[in-house]
Amino acid sequence: MMAGMRLRIRHGTVYRYASPTKGVIQTLHLTPRNHASQYVAYWRLDVSENAKLYMHEDAFGNITHNFTAEGAFTELGVHVDGEVETHDTDGLVSGTIERFPPSLYLRETPLTHPDAAILAFAQEVMSAAGGDGGLKLLHAMLGRVNGDIVFDTDPTHTTTTAVEAFALKRGVCQDLTHIFISAVRSLGVPARYVGGYFHRMDGIIDQDAGHAWAEAYVPDLGWVAFDAANGISATDAHVRVAVGLDYLGVTPIRGTRYGGGSETMDVKVRVDQAKRQMQN
Amino acid sequence: MTIAFDEMKEPDGRPRPAYAELSAWLGGVAPDVLAYRRQEAELLFRRIGITFSVYGETEAEERLIPFDVIPRILSAAEWDLVHRGLEQRVKAINLYLKDIYTGREILKAGIIPDDMVFQNPVFRPEMNGQKVPHDIYVHIAGIDIVRVDAESFYVLEDNARTPSGVSYMLENREIMLRLFPELFSRHRVAPVENYPDELLATLKSVAPDTTSADPNVVLLTPGVFNSAYYEHSFLADKLGVELVEGRDLFIKDEVVYMRTTEGPKRVDVIYRRIDDDFLDPLTFRPDSALGVPGLMSAYQAGNVTLANAVGTGISDDKAIYSYMPQIVKFYLDQEPILKNVPTWCCRESDHLSYVSDHLSELVVKEVHGSGGYGMLIGPAASSAQIAEFRAKIKTHPKNFIAQPTLALSTCPTCVDSGIAPRHVDLRPFVLTGRDRVRIVPGGLTRVALKAGSLVVNSSQGGGTKDTWVLDR
Repeated sequence: MMAGMRLRIRHGTVYRYASPTKGVIQTLHLTPRNHASQYVAYWRLDVSENAKLYMHEDAFGNITHNFTAEGAFTELGVHVDGEVETHDTDGLVSGTIERFPPSLYLRETPLTHPDAAILAFAQEVMSAAGGDGGLKLLHAMLGRVNGDIVFDTDPTHTTTTAVEAFALKRGVCQDLTHIFISAVRSLGVPARYVGGYFHRMDGIIDQDAGHAWAEAYVPDLGWVAFDAANGISATDAHVRVAVGLDYLGVTPIRGTRYGGGSETMDVKVRVDQAKRQMQN
Repeated sequence: MTIAFDEMKEPDGRPRPAYAELSAWLGGVAPDVLAYRRQEAELLFRRIGITFSVYGETEAEERLIPFDVIPRILSAAEWDLVHRGLEQRVKAINLYLKDIYTGREILKAGIIPDDMVFQNPVFRPEMNGQKVPHDIYVHIAGIDIVRVDAESFYVLEDNARTPSGVSYMLENREIMLRLFPELFSRHRVAPVENYPDELLATLKSVAPDTTSADPNVVLLTPGVFNSAYYEHSFLADKLGVELVEGRDLFIKDEVVYMRTTEGPKRVDVIYRRIDDDFLDPLTFRPDSALGVPGLMSAYQAGNVTLANAVGTGISDDKAIYSYMPQIVKFYLDQEPILKNVPTWCCRESDHLSYVSDHLSELVVKEVHGSGGYGMLIGPAASSAQIAEFRAKIKTHPKNFIAQPTLALSTCPTCVDSGIAPRHVDLRPFVLTGRDRVRIVPGGLTRVALKAGSLVVNSSQGGGTKDTWVLDR
């Protein structure tokens, strides 16, 4: 029997507008799918305004919802609440929906395009790993990105590129993931960005954002998940929501509003073991 | 270099049949009459305000494209060949695009290498598995054709994204009709004035099936700062459709609406002159303010037609170009009517070394370049320029292709010293609707005004001519 958990996830995003907005349009990547290491027991998605949610599968096989809400309103909440059974598969990702051959994930994007510094870093890790282009290299890369880049929520933001974060040697899970992807793609290893949730081992349940990690393709194994921020392969603590070429492809909420002055956004993420929840 | 094919004259100096009347007329016309008509033409163009802006030039932001008053003439038989070739090629392009974004049979057959598609920036993963109305991707194509002898027409470039230039075709004809009525009376010239009607019929025919009886068509422009804005407003006017910018449109429940003084009006077909990257900030570049947030959701839901479809760049990319003969054969099981220029792809190492050794004979182009920027014309280049390109293609082989320098045909052209042959190309516009393909006879002839020059791009000092297709 594989080790496993049942994780309860609550993720709320609340936008507040200085003056009433006339309308909002959003595209959501907030719904996980089943695969060998996770089973979605239930999942609810709620938008606080009266709006019809249109569900689709995007080009990468992710579930998306989009909606338009007409104002006027000064607050908009997008909430998910669900439980997912997870299994530790040693980072191996199988049973996922694949719409492209792995080679698609060698594409460069503006967020992951490498510069000379990242190219040199990638080569250095490659030669230290003994020229091995497989798991050994990827684990070495995982260790190096995790060790070299200091976790710091201050200097970077959602549009920071791999190049910028690598120069700073600082960043959050998004930045570490972009750097990992950029470096391994430059070595000819297909890699992709994963957006999802992480159950922390230190007992902290409340988080201020979702989590991000990478998947890299190893010919004899398939997709393998590497969490550069934590320096580990993905485990039963990871809930995978969406994959893409970079953060833009899996952004939980991409939207625009018409009018409404300045805006604040408040994000609350809670990831907890469902059983413990019940015992409370 | 070989002597170029002269479209007006046989090698012995006698005029070819299609040019017999024109040649006689040119022989008899007083030089000052031609000079006067040239001035008049320039005045008319200035009055119309038809200008274009050149990227990378600060002064003279708006410029007039030089117009040559001597028409370029194609016989009915020549046009028939070109017409059939264009229809065949665009048909194949549409089948290829559908395949690339659905079954990928051409990749499975090993005809095009996977990475040339999947790692190509102009391939749009977002279009994968996406149904487009009536399976038509390229509704408006501008195919650049050059001629090297009496029978051979080569496609130099396919333009399947947002091809421009058709306004010049229409304006050139209008001005010629005003300036040279006597020349028209001596020829039976096929009309081009019906292009806007043909375009509108094409656009209406491709509306989604859910559309009401009379589809609402709009033309989406990036705005007044775009180099082709004149053409956008010109065409919207001729088509009788609204010229809109991104901010004039909005999405509600996966349907596109246009803001009007009478309230929102549903939009069924968008003739968009905005590049893919800028169409929808929720799907593509998030910093784009030119597009319509959520437009792709309406498109993916099948509620609106975009003309051209998103992702058509994977058919007109210069690296894909070299596969066009195989593409025609694969989808239509026919021999291509229009020829392809032999192309060396520097991504392949044996091609690269050939190109590197023969740069002085070749034309080298950047795969993602356009408008004649970033290219090398070997025979006309200095040794320093050649050395620079040799280094460039070694560093980024994937970014370059090379072709032999073709001896483009020449047409008589007014120059300072009188009338002299100048190299020309032709951009016909191919319209693909649900019902049929429409091509108005002719297209835009571009002419390299400098003696010996092979670069016809307006951004590089080329001019235009009216193109006459004779009704037998």
